Amino acid sequence: MNINSPTGSPDLLSDRDPSEDRRALVASTRELASRRSRVAAILTAAMVVVYFGFILTVAYNPGLLATQIQRGLTLGIALGAIVILIAWLLTYVYVSWANRVYDPALAVLRERWREAHVADSIASATSSIATSATSKSEERPS
Amino acid sequence: MKPDNVSIAFFAIFMTLTMGITWWAARKTSTTDQFYVAGRSLTAGQNGFALAGDYMSAASFLGIAGLVSTSGFDGLIYSTGWLVGWPIVLFLIAEPLRNLGRYTFADVVAARLDPMPVRIAAASGTLATIAFYLIAQMVGAGSLVHLLFGIQYEIAIVVVGVVMMAYVLFGGMLATTWVQIVKAVLLLGGAAALAFLVLSRFSFDPRELFAAAAEKYGDGVLAPGKLISNPLDAISLGLALMFGTAGLPHILMRFYTVPDAKAARKSVFVATGLIGLFYLMTFILGFGAMVLVTPDAIKAIDSGGNMAAPMLAELLGGRPFLGFIAAVAFATILAVVAGLALSGAAAISHDVWASVVRKGEPKPGEELKVARMSTIALAVVAIALGIAFKGQNVAFMVGLAFAIAASGNFPALVLSVFWSRTSTAGAAASMVIGTLSTLILIWLSPAVQIDLLHHSSALFPLRNPALVSIPLSFATGFVVSLIKPDVRSQDRYRAIATRMLLGTD
Repeated sequence: MNINSPTGSPDLLSDRDPSEDRRALVASTRELASRRSRVAAILTAAMVVVYFGFILTVAYNPGLLATQIQRGLTLGIALGAIVILIAWLLTYVYVSWANRVYDPALAVLRERWREAHVADSIASATSSIATSATSKSEERPS
Repeated sequence: MKPDNVSIAFFAIFMTLTMGITWWAARKTSTTDQFYVAGRSLTAGQNGFALAGDYMSAASFLGIAGLVSTSGFDGLIYSTGWLVGWPIVLFLIAEPLRNLGRYTFADVVAARLDPMPVRIAAASGTLATIAFYLIAQMVGAGSLVHLLFGIQYEIAIVVVGVVMMAYVLFGGMLATTWVQIVKAVLLLGGAAALAFLVLSRFSFDPRELFAAAAEKYGDGVLAPGKLISNPLDAISLGLALMFGTAGLPHILMRFYTVPDAKAARKSVFVATGLIGLFYLMTFILGFGAMVLVTPDAIKAIDSGGNMAAPMLAELLGGRPFLGFIAAVAFATILAVVAGLALSGAAAISHDVWASVVRKGEPKPGEELKVARMSTIALAVVAIALGIAFKGQNVAFMVGLAFAIAASGNFPALVLSVFWSRTSTAGAAASMVIGTLSTLILIWLSPAVQIDLLHHSSALFPLRNPALVSIPLSFATGFVVSLIKPDVRSQDRYRAIATRMLLGTD
């Protein structure tokens, strides 16, 4: 199930020009990164809207929250609990997205990078330099 | 509320257990990796419980229960605010952090920037956050132990400081983690038992409990009330609570204790579940204490309302249950201060000593030695601060710690991870301005000028500065990055963008 490899199957590496492969690999890495950022941004925005919706109501319309939905249960208490439930729901949505979509795509990318590195070391043995700014071994924290 | 043998017995059991853990952990702690991050060997479940144990402080257990029991609904603003930061940590921070750093959040900010200025700024933000958080916990611990066990305040502070030091100094992250796990289980178990006993009086229907509270004290207790007088204050507090969590150094450090980003993600999921459950239970505990113990009785023992939960325990489960809850409260404080001390030690030894003083090349074994000396120094400082700030308002200190974390640490972390044009000068300026503006605005706020110094007015109207200081810190990061760009770090961003995704293996 290769739903998330935008450039298709990973074994294209064998019959293409290496620099073209590298560009494709960098492109799919960026594609996955921006996908994750998009999902993260949407879910973050959802949490912010829900929580600040609650806080702004507390701040500007406290009377509304005093409405009794049932005996003993005001809208304020119900919404407070719902904010917590939504926080749970959003973390569940993210984790399940990551498990279904992100992790398999990441596994494919990792494999392709590993192959690219093998190709790199062969290339650098024959020619002089075959590195790229995107090589993941380039930067390590000090 | 007098100390008795049951409390002391529970306390002794907890001390024996955690000292046993420390002894066991000490034998497995000999390298820097083991000391700071338990060799990155924890499972997601263990780290999830430890995160919950690191985060749920006495302020949330005793403080929220007390706040709800004395002012009703308003206390619940904290219950929700302290949870909603966790999804943000999950979506924006946990995985990139795990993939880019080794021990501290400064590792992440420094990953592609010029390390020296960035690390100095990050270490200052870290230490400022930790200092205020430590004061809050130590002052809380002193008054609590004093109230629960009848020990003198100063002696209680010294005991907490020394025990915390023992955990961290000998057992490092492994001992700290297991103390936090034990504490999380005890706290959740204790709160659940207490909530169960409360609900058993109201035919297991929370609505009956809320209705009883409204009957006794008016419908007002179930709706927003006096505590939040100024709408902007409510928003500012909400911002600090939500984004502060994502900038707390002792929480961020925990993501390095698991083997990879996937485990980091799972551990936040577990932690969010546990912490949410706990805060939902505070609804029941708070209103339970209001109806069953009554606000007057609670305030008579402690004007801040901090004894609501222990008093509720005594009422419903007698002396043994009070003893258990007292020991749980003590465990809660110890687990949090141990986490704080460890992240402070990492900031001093890893960010300042190894990376700045030794320019990234410390002598073998030196970093660990400095980390252990920093732990001792931090314990001494914590004890001194705890004694110096005796009687201060604890909630205000915690609010300050969250405000610094949200304005000093969080914006720089987000900018350096998500914006390729962030420059060294931009990130450093964002951290410095974020931390300084928070401190200055707090100084000018009514909380200090009116409540503390008894002046008639305050220059800055808000009690929590986050509404101003968070946007200011982001704006500083943006503007300075554009004015003083940093071409090399933009190039390096491409490399870290890949590593952020794939990890270093």
